[in-house]
Parts: sequence; structure tokens; C-alpha cells
Amino acid sequence: MTTAAPSQGTDERIELLRFTTAGSVDDGKSTLIGRLLYDSKSIFEDQMEALQRSTDLTGEGTINLANLTDGLRAEREQGITIDVAYRYFSTPKREFIIADTPGHIQYTRNMVTGASTANLAVILIDARNGVIQQTRRHAYIASLLRIPHVVVCVNKMDLVDYSEEAYQAIVNEFTTFATHMQIRDIRFIPISALEGDNVVDKSDNMPWYEGRSFLRCLETVHIANDRNLHDPRFPVQWVNRPQTDEHHDFRGFAGQIAGGAFKVGEEVIALPSGKTARIKAIHTFDGELQEAFSPMSVNLLLDHEIDISRGDMIARSDNVPYVEQTLDAMICWMHEEPMQVGRKYSLKHTTRVTRCIIKELQFRMDIDTLERDLDSKDLELNEIGRVTLMTTSPLTYDAYSRNRQTGSIIIVDEATNQTVGAGMICEPHKEIPALDE
Amino acid sequence: MIPYSLTNLETLETESIHIMREVAAEFERPVLLFSGGKDSICMLRLAEKAFRPSKFPFPLLHIDTGHNFPELIEFRDRRAAELGAKLIVRTVDEALESGIAVQTPGENSRNLLQIPVLLAALEEFKFDCAFGGARRDEEKARAKERILSFRDAFGQWDPKNQRPELWSLYNARMNPGEHMRAFPLSNWTETDVWRYIGRENLEIPSIYFSHRRNVVRRDGQWLPVSELLPMTESDERNELNVRVRTIGDISCTGCVESDAATVDDIIEEISVARVTERGSRADDKRSEAAMEDRKKEGYF
Repeated sequence: MTTAAPSQGTDERIELLRFTTAGSVDDGKSTLIGRLLYDSKSIFEDQMEALQRSTDLTGEGTINLANLTDGLRAEREQGITIDVAYRYFSTPKREFIIADTPGHIQYTRNMVTGASTANLAVILIDARNGVIQQTRRHAYIASLLRIPHVVVCVNKMDLVDYSEEAYQAIVNEFTTFATHMQIRDIRFIPISALEGDNVVDKSDNMPWYEGRSFLRCLETVHIANDRNLHDPRFPVQWVNRPQTDEHHDFRGFAGQIAGGAFKVGEEVIALPSGKTARIKAIHTFDGELQEAFSPMSVNLLLDHEIDISRGDMIARSDNVPYVEQTLDAMICWMHEEPMQVGRKYSLKHTTRVTRCIIKELQFRMDIDTLERDLDSKDLELNEIGRVTLMTTSPLTYDAYSRNRQTGSIIIVDEATNQTVGAGMICEPHKEIPALDE
Repeated sequence: MIPYSLTNLETLETESIHIMREVAAEFERPVLLFSGGKDSICMLRLAEKAFRPSKFPFPLLHIDTGHNFPELIEFRDRRAAELGAKLIVRTVDEALESGIAVQTPGENSRNLLQIPVLLAALEEFKFDCAFGGARRDEEKARAKERILSFRDAFGQWDPKNQRPELWSLYNARMNPGEHMRAFPLSNWTETDVWRYIGRENLEIPSIYFSHRRNVVRRDGQWLPVSELLPMTESDERNELNVRVRTIGDISCTGCVESDAATVDDIIEEISVARVTERGSRADDKRSEAAMEDRKKEGYF
């Protein structure tokens, strides 16, 4: 009985890093991603052929790497990216998933979507232009979505003669406004995506830069602690009851651990009922475990029967989440039809689907000026605001700032079934902090 | 000392298990599309991990083109029996006979004909969500599809009107007559699938490994000689050591020259491959948006 990871065929433990890139057409984002994919041999001959074909058709003369994933016909026709595109590449050290989001219309909705699962955000700044409004917007969303790591690439260094002064000025400016945000880990890298400076290998053109190349940074940033490993949380997905002769006593609660770790013998509490029991066994298809941690998928077996069903949360008795029906959340609105105060919506939180009513819009955040608009009456598409909600059944949650899994919600229109909002639950009973949340 | 961190494969696995359980819990009549191919073989292992010791809370469904590699059908039936899973098979042949499907004159592949057969089977059994083994790295229309992908009452996918998908919160709401496709392997790559097959020691059909086969060159691909492939005068038969990277209708599945005899050989081979997996599928080469067009009509 062990939690040792099964062998992967190699001795090295390859981790998975998800990062998001956001930006407009001109800031060199496609070039940067294209270079990563090309240099890691993730662009194949038939893809190059297809790119070449579409280039010949449009007569642009140069290969546009965006065509690699802007696969939808409307996107190619209009030359825009409609949606979040996921791209995959790997190096011998890590596997990477890029959530690439467009910088134009619907940027907020797409950026928030891409950011929701990211370990790391890449923010590109044109060295000639410095910090612009869009930079602030990207940084704010990275902060709001609690992306643990932010890498600021100061791009097009070749166009400012690889000047350390120009780079340092941008670093200082970004650092100053980022002090108001909740970004745990910020790194800066001077690059030229076009020339390949500091992208994969360290550049000879900037001997004054002592840090790592962009790819090296992606390969080495420490992500094991990005998840909450302190507060044991287990949203129950499915009750596993085989009801066969062989397993007639088996009653497992199946789910994915959303925080912390659970050990056999520990006392746990089922919420919202408040009933307690001890963990008798942690069952998986690969055998029994003594301890399991987030984000493992397991079955918890308890020492005596208590009533637990899908949507309930199992926590450790000495570390419980909030159980409340009225809560505040930062909501990003994702639909053309605005959010209406007083209206009822369907809501999903962990494995619980319930209903909610929008009680109050406290303020709308102007993400260009980062100022609060206290007079807003509703939230429109791509707007973000702090909202008070009341749910028909209690939610067992943590603040999003503490746990991205147990602190997030989606809001669904009951008539159209569209996902219309995404929410990050705020710490309850607290003064509204200065800028974030 | 426990590392308290997961490897890439363990991360992908736990996320896929979570998706499978969400679907099983939120839908009344899910079904898992099982072809006997490598991706759906991984899906069955993930289902074991998600639901054992219980039975799978869904049956398996194969849409059979009738143009198969015989090895695949034998494997399909045996694997379903081993797992004690219920296997439903609906065939293009039956659909052609009953008029549900109509073959386009001059078209040899039966891949497109799977669409009406699949939709009819979903309707027949009132399935509300179908698990598929599609991955986002396979093809660029797939790169933008959601993990839980909504289809209207005609089985159609609307790429421009997809629901935002955040965190691991999947919106399963829909109206009667509409349905969903669920893709638990969305974030897996071809290499991940092979590493998983290796790690889990999963049995796969023999045609994935190197074997001697008669093939002909068409459009830059080696197509297997079979009674289903009309031969022309200029066709030159070659007997080569080949394997398949992806399996579809036998008349349009290209073989690659290969001596790969083990899963490790295959991982080594694709790590240096210069052509994508679906580069060997004639059905994807029809146009830039071939997959997008098929998906809109209800393809897997």
C-alpha cells in the first residue's frame, strides 16, 4: 500500500504545465508560440504543407503561424481568432498546454476561460511601446483568476538595440502597478521572438540579462505547490455501489480531491449535513492507498454509513469550508444578454447544481482604468463586477483566493442553458480589499 | 516521502476520470463510442478507473462501416466481453439497406456515412451524451471544441456558439432531444496515448505494430490492398513492413512504413515523426475544413 506514482516508462517525472497567452496581432504572440512549437519540433511537415497551401492561396507570401490553429473557416476568412485555441508541445522536461486567447473582441471572456486552468500567464509587451492599457488588462485578469505565475516577455528587443535601459524602464513600470495586484510570482525576460533571442537559448545580444531563457523558465518554474495542499476537500461526484455478491458491502464515494490530502483513519465531516465518520479505506482501481492528495481521483470508504450524495463535500473535521447561502463573488459576464439584478439563474459549484438569485451588483470594475463603477445597474458581456448572490441550497466553499476548485462557480441561463457567467467567490465577512477581488 | 505532485500522465488521467464521472452523474443515458482503436482503448481503461468495482454505468456503441480491418472487429468484441460491458453495434450496411444512409456516387470511403447511423442510434436508444475519444491535438477544428460539446436536435455542432468552459465545471444542461458529446481525452496528445498504453500494459490490435502488407501508393499515402479498394491500371502493388497510426475505414486508412514491434518502438517512432497522425487519413485531406464540415453535421 503506497501512494508511489506508477512508472511512466522513464525515470524522470515529467510534469504538465498549462499556460495562457493573450495579446493582439501585432505584439508578436504568434511568432513566439510558432517559434516554441517549431523549435520543439511540434510543427509537422503536413501542417507546414497546409500552411504553405493557405499562404499560396492568400498570396501573402509569408507563412502565418496563426493559421496552424485558427482552424475554423470563419476564422480563416476573417483573419481573426474566435475562440480559445489549445496547442500542445513538449520538451524532455515538461509537457505544455497553451491556451491561446485572442486579444480583440470578447477578449475578457476568452482570457478568463483560458486563465481558469492555467498555472502560468505569459504577458507580452512591445519594447517600443512599454506598458499599455492592454498590458494592465491582462495583468488584472491574471491576478483576478489567481494564475500563480506570470512571465512578462518584453518583446522586440532587437528594435530597441537590445537596450538594457529600455528593458529596465518597462520592468519598473510593470512592477509598480503590479504591486496593487495579487500576483505571487512575476518574472521578466527580454526577448525577440522574431530573432529567437532568449526564447529557447540565451541570447548573446543581451549579455546584461542574467536570467533564464523563456523556454527554460517554462521548464523550471515550480508548480507542485500551485494547488491547495492545506485544506482537505472532496466534492462527491458519484456514489460507487456495485451491489454485487463479491462487493455487496462496498460503498465508495467517488470524486476528485479538490484540496489538501486525506489519510486512512482520519475523522472527516460530510457537508452540509455535518455528520462525521472515519476514513476506512481509500480505494482506487490500482489498489488501496494510505493517503491521497489533490488532484487525485479516488473512492473514499467510511467506517460507518452516513447519508452522503452527489453534490455534498467531505472535509476533515478540524478544517471545514464555509457553508452559506449568501455570498459575494467577482463575476465575469459572458453573454450578450446582460446580467440582471433580481433574476434567477442556475449555478454550478464543485459537483453541486443549484439555483441562485442575483441580489445586488456592488460595483463594476472598469478593467481599463482599474476603477470601480458604483453606479452600474447591470453587467454586460465581458464586464466584471462584484455581485451578491443567494442560493437555494447552501454552498460549501472556500474563497477563490484560497482554492480555485472550491471557490469557483459558473452561472447558467435557465431558459437557454447557456453558460453566461463565471464567478470567483470572495472571502466572506471581510472589508472589500483595496483593488483586487 | 510523498511528492504530493502528479506526473503529466497522472494529471491527464485524473482529469479524464473526473470528466467521466461528471457525465455519468449528470446524464440519464450516456453511451461510450468504442471502435477498438487506440484512443477508445484508453477510454475503457479510464472507465475502469472511474467506476470499478461497479459495472460501467453506460453501454458501448460501435458505428461499424463494414469496411474494417478484420483484426479490429475481433479485438472489439473480445475486449467488450472481457470487461463485461454491453456492446451495441449499428452498421452502415443496415443503414444503406433501410435508407437512413445514402452513398454519394463515386465516393468510396464510408466515413461520412457513419454520421446518419450514429444519429439514428442515439435516437433509437435515447442516449443523451456520447463519450468520444477525440483529442484536440489531432486536428485544428477539434482544437477548439469543448470537452462537453453541445449538439442541437439535429446533432449539429455550432463552432461559433460554444459554451464557455471554465475550471472543471461542466455545464450539462440541455433540452429534450438535444444531446452532448463528451471528450475526456481532449487534452491528451498522441504520445500521451501511447505512453498510457505502455504504462497500463493495454492490449491493442496487432495492426498498430509493424507487419507485412500489400499496399498501393495513392496521393502520397500507402493504402492497404483489400477487396474494398478499387484498383486502377497504374496502381503498383508493394509488399512492405507497415503499421497504422490511426484506424478508420480500411479504404482510406494510410499505412506508414515501420518496423515498430513494441509500444516503446512506437513512442520512439512518433517522437521523430515529421507528419501528424491524421496526415495518414485521406478523408481529412479533402479540404482545409474537412473535419469542421463533418463535425458540424454530427460527426464524432
